[in-house]
Amino acid sequence: MAEVFDRVKEIIVDKLDVEESKVTMEASFKDDLDADSLDVVELVMELEDEFDMEIADEEAEKINTVGDAVNYINSTQG
Amino acid sequence: MSGLLQGKNIVVMGVANERSIAWGITKSLHNAGANLIFTNRQERSYQKLSKLLEKNNIEAKLIVSCDVAQDESITAAFQEIKESVGVIHGVVHSVAFANRDELKGEYADTSREGFLLAQEISAYSLVAVTKAAKEVMTEGGSIVTQTYLGSERVIKNYNVMGVAKASLEASVRYLAEDVGKYGIRVNAVSAGPIRTLSAKGVSGFNDINATIEEKAPLRRNVDQDQVGDATLFFISDLARGVTGEVLHVDSGYHIMGL
Repeated sequence: MAEVFDRVKEIIVDKLDVEESKVTMEASFKDDLDADSLDVVELVMELEDEFDMEIADEEAEKINTVGDAVNYINSTQG
Repeated sequence: MSGLLQGKNIVVMGVANERSIAWGITKSLHNAGANLIFTNRQERSYQKLSKLLEKNNIEAKLIVSCDVAQDESITAAFQEIKESVGVIHGVVHSVAFANRDELKGEYADTSREGFLLAQEISAYSLVAVTKAAKEVMTEGGSIVTQTYLGSERVIKNYNVMGVAKASLEASVRYLAEDVGKYGIRVNAVSAGPIRTLSAKGVSGFNDINATIEEKAPLRRNVDQDQVGDATLFFISDLARGVTGEVLHVDSGYHIMGL
């Protein structure tokens, strides 16, 4: 769990250029991390590459917070 | 390919990130020795672009702000380019936009506003850019845009963008005739699906990609570098006899029936 979060965090810090401390499980991409809809799509693509998986459009639309992303990834990496 | 574009000033429009088709083109043009001028839309994308260039040791001759939705912005951008570099020899147009909710479902549901927006950003922008660029292309030149098979055939979910690309391709032909007399060529690359930020906006993109790998004659997907090299061909003198053309860089997929 922690490992997935750390990898996700690293990608977010790099792509969104935000402080590490702002990236918490509860942080909302749009409200807390200043990401627009394109940034979120970009992040989804990075996560697909990092974790070697595909996130279907309807699943991607449900990802609003860092925690949503981490939980989704965990659910697929069983 | 080194030296093919030595001393040539080429404007690249449309680098959003490392996955952008325009980024693959940037690498090909850079390797061929071109001086590169970039346009970006917002402050945010300027920072991203600078970071990307730095990371790849590519030095931009100039970066100018340009919003293709505004004529004044296009005019100002090419004016700045003229003042700074004097003459340009090529323009890479790799810009398009449609509302994401119109890249799924039925084309018949396209809104008037969404239709016009896709046409404006994806097709009219080439017209306006060509008009501004030809004033700075005093030694002749080459303009290359990016299109997709969805302009010729029905590709599920591509919808309003397919119609915009049809308009773009027709514009390539009309513009080619207009500026041919000034020694300027206008062509398009029709790339197979590539996993870019824009492509991800088309519903079900992951499935389209899998189809090419299975069905295209070359049995593999197209990448940004292949499009980069094809665009390099069009920009360079190797393509001096070619204008008004749409070249498919799609592993041959467009020739297939069933």
